[in-house]
Amino acid sequence: MVMLEKRPNPSRFWTAATPVLAVVLTMIAGGVMFAILGKNPLEAIRTIFWDPLFGEFAWYFRGQLLVKAGPLILIAVGLSLGFRAGIWNIGAEGQYIMGAIFGAAVGLAFYPMEAWFIFPLMVIAGAFGGWLWAMIPAVLRTRFRTNEILVSLLLVYVAQSILSSMALGALRNPEGGGFPGSRNLSQYPSAANGELIAGSGMHWGVVAAFIAVIAAYVLLQRHILGFHIRLAGQAPRAARFAGVSPNRLVLLCMGISGALAGLAGLFEVSGPAGQISIDFASGYGFTAIIVAFLGRLNPVGILLAGLLMALTYIGGENASTNLGLPSASIQAFQGMLLFFLLAVDLLSNYRLRLSNRETA
Amino acid sequence: MMLGGINPAVLIASLMVAAVPIILAAIGELVVEKAGVLNLGVEGMMIMGAICGFAAAVATGSPLMGFVGGALGGAALSVIFALLTQFLMANQVATGLALTLFGLGLSSLIGQGYVGIKPPPTARLDLGPLSDIPVLGTILFRHDVMVYVSVAAVAVVWAVLRYTRTGLVLRAVGENHDAAHALGYHVIRIRFLAILFGGAMAGLGGAYLSLIRVPQWTDGITAGAGWIALAIVVFASWKPWRVLLGAYLFGGIAVLQLNLQAAGARIPVEYLSMSPYLITILVLVIMSADKSRAAAAAPAALGKNFHASR
Repeated sequence: MVMLEKRPNPSRFWTAATPVLAVVLTMIAGGVMFAILGKNPLEAIRTIFWDPLFGEFAWYFRGQLLVKAGPLILIAVGLSLGFRAGIWNIGAEGQYIMGAIFGAAVGLAFYPMEAWFIFPLMVIAGAFGGWLWAMIPAVLRTRFRTNEILVSLLLVYVAQSILSSMALGALRNPEGGGFPGSRNLSQYPSAANGELIAGSGMHWGVVAAFIAVIAAYVLLQRHILGFHIRLAGQAPRAARFAGVSPNRLVLLCMGISGALAGLAGLFEVSGPAGQISIDFASGYGFTAIIVAFLGRLNPVGILLAGLLMALTYIGGENASTNLGLPSASIQAFQGMLLFFLLAVDLLSNYRLRLSNRETA
Repeated sequence: MMLGGINPAVLIASLMVAAVPIILAAIGELVVEKAGVLNLGVEGMMIMGAICGFAAAVATGSPLMGFVGGALGGAALSVIFALLTQFLMANQVATGLALTLFGLGLSSLIGQGYVGIKPPPTARLDLGPLSDIPVLGTILFRHDVMVYVSVAAVAVVWAVLRYTRTGLVLRAVGENHDAAHALGYHVIRIRFLAILFGGAMAGLGGAYLSLIRVPQWTDGITAGAGWIALAIVVFASWKPWRVLLGAYLFGGIAVLQLNLQAAGARIPVEYLSMSPYLITILVLVIMSADKSRAAAAAPAALGKNFHASR
């Protein structure tokens, strides 16, 4: 009979080792899934994890890695602050959409003027849009104790409706021949978020993601606010005695994560996506939740997890073109990764003991 | 009687149909939450029920087998949640989210071969002369069997929770798992079964969507119905009959906005289609603003994992 014994403190070794273990287990289970789908599991795993980095077309894929990882890391860093404090913003997808809409609207308002200040203004508008959308669940929670999980999630569907209304209405390209979708921002130099180093995939969103990782690291390690966030998550009662205001934390954490998600949306719409269109929302806001957990809610971990998750995106596309693997299978694969991570997390919080004693 | 091109009797009849998936999923989740477990994976279990039910119905040609398949599909996914949270002590919020993400991916993977297929039609119950009563017949007696099953499910859950020993034990586990454990009840086992029940009901609700309400398979067919079901449990203050009320309210709004779209109302379609979500939020706010009620109604051990140290 295996007994669980709670560790007084989470094991340091297992905290670092569990994500690796989870990835290995997911590869095994994913291989089984691919075998069921009638594909060679080893070849599928190699196509997803190896070829994009070291294969024949790696020069193309390596650039894509940063393009995909940028928004994931940016959003996940924001989410991780709230998750640490027990504040569950799971509507990042909606905040991402609203950031893109606000930012793109500012850019399009200046069209076709060329000026240096347009892009910075768009960045501010994007962050503001995401912040505003996150403030709805935050204020409702602080004022009326409404569950922020449900409100933030339901607002994703509202944001998607606004997105399609914008793509078909207010922001539609007047020269687009009646097709839905806005003007292409990447062809409007003052508003374009182009590659900073050709072929690297590095754009301003990736820069922002790196800055966010460093800022979050400093915040959590060195700043009193970071300490309060960690305290509120680990010992809510102690946090109250220490004078931490729960409402202030909710507003701050939701605000930061919303603004970062909004930024991610703005950098995406002005760069890789190029325009506001009906299918702009790509699920980054949801995948970022997996990234945040896979990175152990730790900024540096999130950086690595974001790169890994970006790899599964690119590898998944690669596998769907080369092996005919359904593109949805990669989504199931990502979900599986989170399951395994949550399962092996047991090892960092509990000790396994073998015993002969029957439990009551 | 017509109101602006919308017949109220037909409207009420179709709101009852629109509410069925939400009722089934919400009443299942209510039982889960009464046992002290917060399963946020309703959306994922619903969509797994939708595709498994659809596949089973297409394979066997029988809608009944479709609903059985849907319930099994939802329950199968909930087993993962139960194992992770009850035996591996995983965080319930995170596991529920994972369940939704995984369910959405897996369902669209399974569903690839089923796009564009029509499921076998479900017969409406023939209630003879009852169905021919002018207004009342349209509202109450011209439905498929699942509409009545959903109401019956609410009644059964209410009666079991209120009048039986099983219900009392379930509520005890949800209020204080340490006390229930001390009394000799198997907290983990009871919660495991409750989670399975919740999964099966969510799967049933999903199967209703793909087999009757839509009826076909499309990716993301549930469109947030699972999250609305979760909101309705809160709205209902964990009381079964209020789940029915909340779901009918929601169904009414969903049907009304569809009718307004069809009638060519001057409000743009996008704003009409976001209205059910906005109104759900509004209702949540109103319910949680009432301090005394919200705090007293939630099961005390909701979302807390149980680990017997001895």
